[in-house]
Amino acid sequence: MLDRFRFVPLRLLQSIPVIFGVTVVVFFMVHLLPGNPALAILGQTATPARVASLSHQLGLDKPLWDQYLLFLGHLVQGNLGTSITYQRPVSELVLQAVPITMSLLLFALVLALVISVPLAAVAASAPGRARDLAVRAFTLVGQGMPQFWVGIMLILLLAVKAKAFPVGGYGESALEHWYYLFLPALTLAIAMCPTIIRSLRASTINVLGSDYVGTARSKGAAGVALFRLHVVRNAAIPTVSIIGVNLGYLVGGSLVIERVFAVPGLGSLMINAIFARDFPTIQAVALVVALFVIVVGILTDVVYTAIDPRVDLGSRELA
Amino acid sequence: MTTAVVRASRAMRRPARSRALRPWYRNGILVAGIVIVGLLVLVAVFAPLLSPYDPITQDLNHTLEAPGAHHWLGTDKYGRDVLTRLLYGARIDLRVGFLAVLIPFVVGSVLGALAGYFGGWFDAIVMRIVDVFFAFPFYVLVIVLVFVLGAGESSIYLAIAAVSWVSYAKIMRGELLVAKKQDWVVAARLGGMSHARVLMRHIGPNVLSQALIYAMSDIVMDIMAIVTLGYLGLGIAPPTPEWGSMILDGQEFITTQWAQATIPGLAVVLTSLGLSFLGDGLSDLLTPERRR
Repeated sequence: MLDRFRFVPLRLLQSIPVIFGVTVVVFFMVHLLPGNPALAILGQTATPARVASLSHQLGLDKPLWDQYLLFLGHLVQGNLGTSITYQRPVSELVLQAVPITMSLLLFALVLALVISVPLAAVAASAPGRARDLAVRAFTLVGQGMPQFWVGIMLILLLAVKAKAFPVGGYGESALEHWYYLFLPALTLAIAMCPTIIRSLRASTINVLGSDYVGTARSKGAAGVALFRLHVVRNAAIPTVSIIGVNLGYLVGGSLVIERVFAVPGLGSLMINAIFARDFPTIQAVALVVALFVIVVGILTDVVYTAIDPRVDLGSRELA
Repeated sequence: MTTAVVRASRAMRRPARSRALRPWYRNGILVAGIVIVGLLVLVAVFAPLLSPYDPITQDLNHTLEAPGAHHWLGTDKYGRDVLTRLLYGARIDLRVGFLAVLIPFVVGSVLGALAGYFGGWFDAIVMRIVDVFFAFPFYVLVIVLVFVLGAGESSIYLAIAAVSWVSYAKIMRGELLVAKKQDWVVAARLGGMSHARVLMRHIGPNVLSQALIYAMSDIVMDIMAIVTLGYLGLGIAPPTPEWGSMILDGQEFITTQWAQATIPGLAVVLTSLGLSFLGDGLSDLLTPERRR
């Protein structure tokens, strides 16, 4: 059983060059700025003394290669630099924001599954019929909606008109946090749904047509019991990898949605840093998000292996 | 996006033309896509003829008017006609959306095709770079790059190109890995044709359709990116009419003038629908053997 997870160390090893590449991209972001990055960060009105001091702080007065090694050395020590806006270690700011963005993503994932699973089941139970077409129309329209616009529409309907939820913010207590996160999470969930529903619908139709479901039916299984016992797990397998791949795209979306709802997560941190030209913070958020995507990729394979005993990624890679 | 990549990288089978015999105009989805996208393009091109108003000139005596006989969708906070700005917005959003796919389409397809065809160290290098770029969520990299390169249309093209070439590279590499083992390719090589000729004349036309189909959903992604950048205040600078910045402007008055933020979003939805239909229709037309 555990044998099937032998691909994990190899996968971790394979991700090292990718992580390395990510640090290169993040490092060079600053150097794409036209002219002296320190001047670009501080603006044209900065005094030469301040520019020189920031240049030194960012290590810009050293050769590029040394600068990169310095950057890498700091990273290994968990030093992400000092925020230019807040004059605090960026790692502190990021550590504050990460749990908020993670809760938002997790909440959204749960909501997305709550919405998608029944809709996919309803659609798959009668392919080509009216309810199937309705679900497919929903996925088509859902895919075409800008995420931030969905957020604004939810604010309009559920916060402004119905007054059921706050317009934005994060609340004070833990319970309030979840209440405040509901609308942003629902927004993200709506963005996730089309892909999940499509994948689940297709795989459910596949499973429903299989011999073992025919056997289960002939033994009297029907309705919800049939789905719960015989269909769900098998139909879920392809969807897990789809969700994994999409989570990266959704992290990007969540950053924008945090902005719409003024949720103080990584997204707000990054967008505010952009407007403040706070480069160390922008680099840190980009780095953290990219690392998250890499980790999710590996976790997806682990979950995939865990729910489907037939999967053996190790052997496929050896072949 | 994922489905397109997954679908596109599936094993390629020998072209079966029988189902393609149906003329294109009998393909309902394709026609719907052509009609919607065609109408939007017409609206964009003829915007000055369709509206008597100017999209930029302010009219501070008629700000925030409700929809009525003169202004069908009302006016914004500077007294500009919302419908007019919507029509002119199609010009910017469609133009940037369509143009933005060109560079990544060409660069990504060529790199992916070469990587898949020749394999070896070139393939290894290209695919490691692809992995690195794939680790960054689309929006994160686009937003940061547009900021670094400075606001404006050319930055948007460059940023989108830098991020989205990887999808084309992945698709084309997958196609080439399968195609290069096909009998007709092996035969062409054995017949003494050069790599360049085999790639351009024999493989190219057969595998490009997947990249083309993906391009339709990629245009949607790019339009989403442009609109999102506009909403964040990092995109096309005001007062140029653009759907994303119109939504941002409208959000301010969401309690009194809900239509201002709603309508430009619906325009995006319509555009995406049209392009999705076009992509699905093209997929039926170009790769009938892969239809489910």
